[in-house]
Amino acid sequence: MNFDDTPQEAAFRETARKWVEANAPKEFLAELSKSSLGRIRLAQHDIVDVGKAWQKKKAEGNWACLHWPKEYGGRGATPIERVIWQQEEGVYGKLTQPFQIGEGMCGPTVMAFGSEDAKRRHLPKLAAGEEIWCQLFSEPSAGSDVAGLRTRAEKKGDNWVVNGQKIWTSGAHYSDYGLLIARTDPNVPKHKGLTMFFLDMKSPGVEVRPIKQANGMQEFNEVYFTDVVIPDSQRLGAIGEGWSVSLTTLMNERMSIGSRLATGVPEMFEFCSNLMLEDGLAIDDPAVRSKLASWAVKSSGLKYTSYRAISALSKGERPGPENSIGKLVSGMMLQDIATYALDLQGAAGVLTGADEEIVQGQFQQMLLSSPSMRIAGGTDEILRNIIAERVLGLPGDIRVDKDVPYNNIPTKGR
Amino acid sequence: MNFDFSDDQKQLRDQARKFLTEKCSPKAVRTVLDGKAPYDKELWKGLAEMGFLGVAIPEDFGGAGAGHLELCVIAEEMGRANAPVPFSSTVYLAAEALLIAGSDAQKKKWLPAIASGEAISTLALFEGKGNPSPKNVKLTAANGVLNGVKKPVADGAIADFAVVAARTGSSGRDGDISLFIVDLKDGGVEVKGLTTLDPTRGQAEITFKDCRAEPVGAPGEGWSILTQVLDRAAVLCAFEQIGGSDRALEMGRDYALDRIAFGRQIGSFQAVKHMLADMYVSATLARSNSYYGAWALSTNAAELPEAAAAARISATQAFQHCAKNNIQVHGGMGFTWEFDCHMYYRRANAMALGLGSLSYWEDQLIDRMRKKNAA
Repeated sequence: MNFDDTPQEAAFRETARKWVEANAPKEFLAELSKSSLGRIRLAQHDIVDVGKAWQKKKAEGNWACLHWPKEYGGRGATPIERVIWQQEEGVYGKLTQPFQIGEGMCGPTVMAFGSEDAKRRHLPKLAAGEEIWCQLFSEPSAGSDVAGLRTRAEKKGDNWVVNGQKIWTSGAHYSDYGLLIARTDPNVPKHKGLTMFFLDMKSPGVEVRPIKQANGMQEFNEVYFTDVVIPDSQRLGAIGEGWSVSLTTLMNERMSIGSRLATGVPEMFEFCSNLMLEDGLAIDDPAVRSKLASWAVKSSGLKYTSYRAISALSKGERPGPENSIGKLVSGMMLQDIATYALDLQGAAGVLTGADEEIVQGQFQQMLLSSPSMRIAGGTDEILRNIIAERVLGLPGDIRVDKDVPYNNIPTKGR
Repeated sequence: MNFDFSDDQKQLRDQARKFLTEKCSPKAVRTVLDGKAPYDKELWKGLAEMGFLGVAIPEDFGGAGAGHLELCVIAEEMGRANAPVPFSSTVYLAAEALLIAGSDAQKKKWLPAIASGEAISTLALFEGKGNPSPKNVKLTAANGVLNGVKKPVADGAIADFAVVAARTGSSGRDGDISLFIVDLKDGGVEVKGLTTLDPTRGQAEITFKDCRAEPVGAPGEGWSILTQVLDRAAVLCAFEQIGGSDRALEMGRDYALDRIAFGRQIGSFQAVKHMLADMYVSATLARSNSYYGAWALSTNAAELPEAAAAARISATQAFQHCAKNNIQVHGGMGFTWEFDCHMYYRRANAMALGLGSLSYWEDQLIDRMRKKNAA
């Protein structure tokens, strides 16, 4: 048991480290090094512009999407080399946020199901940050039950005509392409009538509208489709096979190991170490210590769980399902920590101004944003179902709509 | 990175599991639970023959000379099997105290006896309520003679010798405490068995009356040695706890698959599935924290104090959580004496206290994290 690299890994790390040292945009180091819970913003620059420049540089040095094959813009790196790269890229990895959905989900789906022409045309650009992709799955009436989606795609000659609405599309407003799942046959049970496509987000009939979120910010979008034409050559997988294609997309996302999720623990530890209460420092209060300790061991537990997964990768094994716990644990923890941080501030906890003396409203923002952590990318409940069914082998829920044609299934709500 | 046990260590774990599945069935545990024997003597003998008791004891002192990682994988299986033997008191506490601070003569005398299964031993630290603290040590030592009462002493009623924490000063500092070793068969002690939460691991009260004792380690070094012993034991107990957590989770999962109610497997209800998923989360976090503790223990890393506290807290929480919810998944049957659920519930809650309570270790963790942050 050790934390050491193998000689090959050490050599790879050295190469990566030297390249980052020589090429990283150091002018943003201080800003990026600051703890950030949620989306990253730069004071003077647009994160998309800075991100694109960094991604382009990485592509020139063969470090972009390095786990992809060389002919599609990658480096042909092994999974463990990808992890080592992420560690060496460090805080500069935050600049890749606009490309994560493309790199993690859309790209691998195109790679698995796209035509050779589509792969050669799009993947190198995607890797180099020249094309940003978004993912168009969720709908107002199809969140956790994404297979219940309504957006229709109808075949007209060699094209498909799409009508409907997607929601929670991050980055839709700056994306060039989108991965779209739509219903092509409403007369069969819901999972069987879906087909996957990709489309140019500048196509006529595509309208992107930002969503004003519960935390007051606008990070996600609704995307409306009105008679949007998609050529059949942009279909991914067979007609009616969209559901299994989407599972590939989601599976790829779960394979990305080593990306650390924010837990709020270091911020909370620092906060409690400096906050003076009536009877002394918060961190000297037994109730505070008990809570901090419980959060700290969850956070370290997640860290060492990811180390176990990295070790499995290093040995050429597929990591186990332990990694499915990351978002479940960190999402709940962020919310709990934020709530308690406000509690410790007493009546002043209600104030959210950036000029407030106590940590400039950091935990207030965290409180308001944290509900999304427990919903986006699989709700806590869906994640528990995944653990129960795929890890523990418990039976799936009894599905009353399983064999019912889609157009006979009752729906309500959004 | 190879943050995992080696193939040899995993093989040892499989070997221990196979041995314990055969020799330590729930039925065997019940013999001790029902008070028909103070501990499982046959199992103890078998553990010695397998070389498990001395796995981390150097060959010079009669052990297998493997190491702490090997001891961790065995500990996990001991916890999984709910083994009714004085393993933790003898191997994690007494043997480790001697390994850290014993003289060559003391090691030569006692460690081979531990490895061969001839000597059961324990650490006599607590004196009534309270957590590990120099302040709570009232038993006195003067001129090698002990006077005072220790309670509870794990496995005290069956132990052959004990490492005893005693007060040798009154400055109010850690240096007031020294350690001694007492042959409990030599007189000067009165031993009384106590009733306890987990009858598969006995507790005793030991009264020392003008009892002759030999010092272990330098005078005044007792607390510093004890702190190291408790850290090591925290990691080793964490492995027992994650073994127990996994077993309780499996029992709950198996029952949820087997039991039909409302015309379906109860494991198909989300209320039950989510309870089991949460148990899995706790057990996984605890396992990962414990692996880090094992690494720190086996390399004697500077991180050991923090890693040990984190492993202790995480594994205590996980075992309590899994044992409690295992009963809940079983419903009414889980609350019968006949089903095994309560054995894990008892063990989980007893283990949560044995080295000091959860709140004590939470306190320790925060202190140690602050120390690290300050450095």
